[in-house]
Amino acid sequence: MFYREAGDFSTTYPQDSQTFPIRFDRYRYYVVLAVAFLVIPFIINDYWANAVFVPFLIYAIAAIGLNILTGYCGQVSLGTGAFMAVGAYAVYKLMTAFPDVSMLIHIPVAGLITAAVVTLFGLPSLRIKGFYLAVATLAAQFFLVWLFNKVPWFYNYSASGQISSPERTVFGIIITGPNTEAWAKYMICLVFVTICAIIARNLTRGAMGRKWMAIRDMDIAAEIIGVNPMKAKLTAFMVSGFFVGIAGALFFSVYLGAAEVGESFGIDKSFLVLFMVIIGGLGSIFGSFIGAAFMVLLPVLLKNVLVGWLGWPTDLAAHLQFIISGGLIIVFLIMEPHGLAQLWRVTKEKLRLWPFPH
Amino acid sequence: MRLLAMATAAVMAASPVMADLVFPSLSYRTGPYAANGIPFADGYEDYFTLLNERDGGIGGVPARVLECETGYNTEKGVECYEATKGEGALVYQPLSTGITYQLIPKATADGIPVHSMGYGRTSAKNGAVFSNIFNYPANYWDGASHAINHIMSLGDISGKKIALVYHNSAYGKEPIRTLEELSKKHGFELMLVPVDHPGQEQKSQWLQIRQQRPDNVLMWGWGVMNQVAIQEAANIRYPMENFIGIWWSGSENDVLPAGEKANGYKALTFHNLGKDYPLFDDLQKYVVDAGKAAGAGDQIGTALYNRGMYAAMLAAEAAKTAQELSGNAEITPAEMRDGMEALEMTEAKMAALGLPNFGPEFKVSCENHGGNGLGAVAQWDAAAGSWNLITGYEASDQDVIGALVDEDSAAFAAESGITPSC
Repeated sequence: MFYREAGDFSTTYPQDSQTFPIRFDRYRYYVVLAVAFLVIPFIINDYWANAVFVPFLIYAIAAIGLNILTGYCGQVSLGTGAFMAVGAYAVYKLMTAFPDVSMLIHIPVAGLITAAVVTLFGLPSLRIKGFYLAVATLAAQFFLVWLFNKVPWFYNYSASGQISSPERTVFGIIITGPNTEAWAKYMICLVFVTICAIIARNLTRGAMGRKWMAIRDMDIAAEIIGVNPMKAKLTAFMVSGFFVGIAGALFFSVYLGAAEVGESFGIDKSFLVLFMVIIGGLGSIFGSFIGAAFMVLLPVLLKNVLVGWLGWPTDLAAHLQFIISGGLIIVFLIMEPHGLAQLWRVTKEKLRLWPFPH
Repeated sequence: MRLLAMATAAVMAASPVMADLVFPSLSYRTGPYAANGIPFADGYEDYFTLLNERDGGIGGVPARVLECETGYNTEKGVECYEATKGEGALVYQPLSTGITYQLIPKATADGIPVHSMGYGRTSAKNGAVFSNIFNYPANYWDGASHAINHIMSLGDISGKKIALVYHNSAYGKEPIRTLEELSKKHGFELMLVPVDHPGQEQKSQWLQIRQQRPDNVLMWGWGVMNQVAIQEAANIRYPMENFIGIWWSGSENDVLPAGEKANGYKALTFHNLGKDYPLFDDLQKYVVDAGKAAGAGDQIGTALYNRGMYAAMLAAEAAKTAQELSGNAEITPAEMRDGMEALEMTEAKMAALGLPNFGPEFKVSCENHGGNGLGAVAQWDAAAGSWNLITGYEASDQDVIGALVDEDSAAFAAESGITPSC
């Protein structure tokens, strides 16, 4: 009744090929954007920004990046953590070398640098597939972490090997450093997440995305119908690297403020983002968002319920949180292997027929 | 959907309750560092429980310990900080150098003091730059100097080879600069052996030590890394009396897994060990027997329990000082900061608290947030199962450290645009 194509007539080609062809979907999207841009910034406080929204938005960008590579192009990557580190260290070097340049330039440039590095590590994908590629990206993970720890130039020779983000502004508004307002942090992440999601959505709907999916589904068949596997795979690594780099740059400069490569960008981060993509749904931009939301919000929610409300000991709650998150992951993988996005797709199908399913 | 959002909002927003003194405990009772995190957190909480039960709090105001599990993870540490700061948190003791680095700018901006006791950023000793950060009574660079001094007291150091086995993080890297300076000054050779988080696998590092045969091994380890390192040292039959750990590598949990072989292992400390103090009788009476002990209650008197208790004691004393200075019983974080800056620990004060000769005497001032850096060496007696102090509290090489503190804090001041002032 609410969600259906009936009555939605496209009279022009742009109308027909828009992102959300169904009216309800489109309005829902506008409402979400309106709430995100016009309501939340006015009511957000430090806790909500730092514990909930900022990590969620940043992980969403990282998940979109990995989803392009793994979900759309079928190349498994276990190097996301290290690729985020490339973004973080790139933005750190840029911020400290060119203090007067706007962060709106530094962050995309950090993304481009990461894209170049990731493309380099994507080269083995031309020869190896599946598990072997996963191992090659795993090597990238350990190599990059080692590199950022080993070469003092990356952390500007600081005694502790930590990088910390100095205060930088965008249009006169402080967005990094300790004096950042909660809404400014939130807004900068939101702007980047919106732009990234729109770019990703349109790339995956276009010729490039179709090539990726062709490679994912069957690379030999794709090659026969004229898809250049080298170009398709490397563009997937490049685009994925760009998004992951932006996520890493924001993660370090806006969210953490100070980072240490082994701890902030270790192998657990690679797995965390991979779980987000798997739980959210491979090959779905929306899935990246719900995957990120699930993995970021669930621990915070569980902690607040168990410790804040029920007053349980913190160690018990922390252990229980592992059990619950792990259990839910297994449940989802068994019940819905295509991720949370598939649940949403099924719901939409049901809604189309509702209330007359026959 | 909206209902769900409202429910989440209600769950996630913490309601601020004032009218007591809030001491957040960013603890870790889970993960690879739990073996060391648990005793410290227990000691910290038990001391405040004792004050509440015996004295009705600090200056008549009950103390409330807000525990938040970080798992030694900086992201969770930040979440904990944000979640607890709204409740009127007086001082943060994150027990993690990584989280301390996160909190230094944040807490300074929010006007809340941080006490990184024997960890964190060493140059925070310079209070003119780090207005809200305190690291009394001793810091890593003091520790590095104590270890070298101890080696020198046992024989000539020049020409010796000394290895540093360290946690490859901000924490483990802290002493390197001091050790490099000291190696220039005293003419020993420094060999760096990093161990990556969490440090469960150290075969290659100890193989390297076995091949290169350093005369002494220093260790900056934490959590499971300590146990593994001591076990590996025992496996290659490295002489334990030449193996010296920083104070964070000197708890019972670190040496017990290696059993008899750990006998003779040395560790630094900046407070006394054991439970032979009058305070422990009160602790038994008011906390343990009343069933109010934190955690499992089985850590009392261990090295890290004592350290957690010592940290709580210093926080409580600073709060008392703040109450005297401001005249308010319910102090604010800003007043707490002033109290910490005016803190003076004397032998008479410690004896009155039931902890005679427990720690060194020191006085905090605006210029010096780091105390006087006294430290002692303890040695593990595996047969008796106890740590014994084998030296008195000795001074560190302030000529070397003072210059490094000035240099590093000046760099921080320049980087973050702080004008040093006192």
